[in-house]
Amino acid sequence: MTGPLEQAGPEMGQNLEARTQLDVYTWYSPYVHRVAWVLKLKGIDYEFVEENLKDPNKRSPLLLNCNPVYRKIPVLIHHGKPIVESLFIIEYIDDTWKDNPILPTDPYERAMARFWASFIDERLLEGSKRVLSVKGDQLKMETKQVSDAMEVLEGMLEGKKFFGGEKIGFLDIAFGWIAIWLGAIEEAVGVEFFNRRKLPLLETWKDKFKEFHVVKDSLYPTEKLVRFFTKYRHSQLKLAAKK
Amino acid sequence: MAKSDVKVKVLGTWSSPFVMRARIALNIKSVNYEFLQERLWEGKSELLLKSNPVHRKVPVLIHGDKSICESLIIVQYINEVWSFAPSILPSDPHERATSRFWAPYLDEKWFPSLRTIGVAQGEDARKAAIAQVEEGLLLLEEAFGKCSKGKPFFGGDQIGYLDIAFGCFLGWLRVTEKMSGMKLLSISKTPSLLKWADRFCSDIAVKDVMPETEKLAEFAKMIMAKMRGAAPPK
Repeated sequence: MTGPLEQAGPEMGQNLEARTQLDVYTWYSPYVHRVAWVLKLKGIDYEFVEENLKDPNKRSPLLLNCNPVYRKIPVLIHHGKPIVESLFIIEYIDDTWKDNPILPTDPYERAMARFWASFIDERLLEGSKRVLSVKGDQLKMETKQVSDAMEVLEGMLEGKKFFGGEKIGFLDIAFGWIAIWLGAIEEAVGVEFFNRRKLPLLETWKDKFKEFHVVKDSLYPTEKLVRFFTKYRHSQLKLAAKK
Repeated sequence: MAKSDVKVKVLGTWSSPFVMRARIALNIKSVNYEFLQERLWEGKSELLLKSNPVHRKVPVLIHGDKSICESLIIVQYINEVWSFAPSILPSDPHERATSRFWAPYLDEKWFPSLRTIGVAQGEDARKAAIAQVEEGLLLLEEAFGKCSKGKPFFGGDQIGYLDIAFGCFLGWLRVTEKMSGMKLLSISKTPSLLKWADRFCSDIAVKDVMPETEKLAEFAKMIMAKMRGAAPPK
C-alpha cells in the first residue's frame, strides 16, 4: 500500500487516469476497511488518500466534489468517477470485477444479504457508536440493543462456518468490523457485548475472520483502538455534560 | 413462464410511498400479484408480524414461501428474479451505484423533512424543513440532468430505480404543496423535475397505484387529527 498522497493538485488528475483507482481512507473507519478488504480479496490494485475528518473545513476539494451530499468517506474513484457508501461501493466492485464474487448469485440470498447488512449497520454499528457517547441508563439501553443484535447474528451462524457459508462473503465483510472494533469498544467503555458462553459461534467466527489473510494485514493493535475510543468517549461525555 | 405459477403478494397500504415502490416494480415487469391491504391503525396483521418480524413494517413481498422486506431491497429482488427487459437498474455499474446512492438520502433526510413541513412545531422548524426539501430538489434537478442524458426519466427511456425511489413521494409532495399553499416543484427552479413528475405519474406502471392528491390529503388530515386527539397506538 502506498502512503497518503499530497494535496489534490493538477497531478491528481493524471493519477486518476493512469492508476485504476484511489481510495479515501482514515485508519479507524470500519466503513473504509470493508472496502479495502474487498479490493484486496479481488486482487485490485489501489491507492489510498487519507482525509482529515476532524475539521470539516479541511476536507479536500476532491472529497467535497465526490460526495457533495454527505461529505463522508469512503469514496472510491474509478476511471475518474466517484462511488460512495461502503456497501454500494462493494456492490460496484462486484459488478465491475466479476471474479471471486462477494455477493451470492441467488436473488433471494442477495436480498437477505442486503437486508441483514443494512440492519446490522443500523442497530449494531451505529448502536455501538452510541454506546461510546452515553452513560447511566442510556448506556444500559444501548448496550442491551447491541447485545440483542448480536444474538441475531449468533442465530445466523447456525450450521455455518461463515455468514457466507463455506467461504467469506458479503455479510462477513459487512460484519467484519465486529471482530476488531467491538472488543476495543467494550474495553473503552467497560461493558460486555461478547459473552463467550452465550455466543460461541460468533466467538469462533471472530477468530477465523481475524486470521483471514486480507484482514490480518490490516489489523491495528487493539491498544491503539482502545486509546482512540477512550479519548473519543471522554470528549463525547464532556460535550454532553455541557448541554 | 414457471415463475408465474408461484404466487406473488404485496402486503401494504394504498397511501405508503414505500409500498408503491414494490407495486411499480411489479407493474414494470408485468407480474401479477395480490395486494393485501393492512389497516395499520387497527393493529398489524399476523401475516405482517410473521413475514417481517424484524421491522414489522410494510411493504413485504411474499413470493411463494419467501418474504422479502424493505422497499428498495424488494425492487432489486424483483429486478433480479424477473430478469427480462425492461431492466429497472442500469446495466452500467457506475450508473447503478449512482442510482442506489440517492435512496438513503431520500429516505432518511428528504422525505422526513417533507413530512415535517405539515406538522412542524413553530415557524423556525417549518422553515428549516422547507429549506431541506428545496435543497434536495435542486440536487435532484441536477442529478436528473446527469442521469437522464436528455431522455424522459432518470432511468433513460423508461422508468428506472431512481425514478421509483423518488417518484413514489410525489403524492405526498403534492399534498404538502396543496396544504401549505406553496410550490415545491417549479418552472423557475426545477423545470426538468416538474415535467418529469407529470410523466412519471401518468406512466402505465404508476398511474393505478399513485393515490389521488385529494384522497391522500383527506387521509393526511385524518392522521393529523388522530395524532392530536387520540392516545398514540401501541
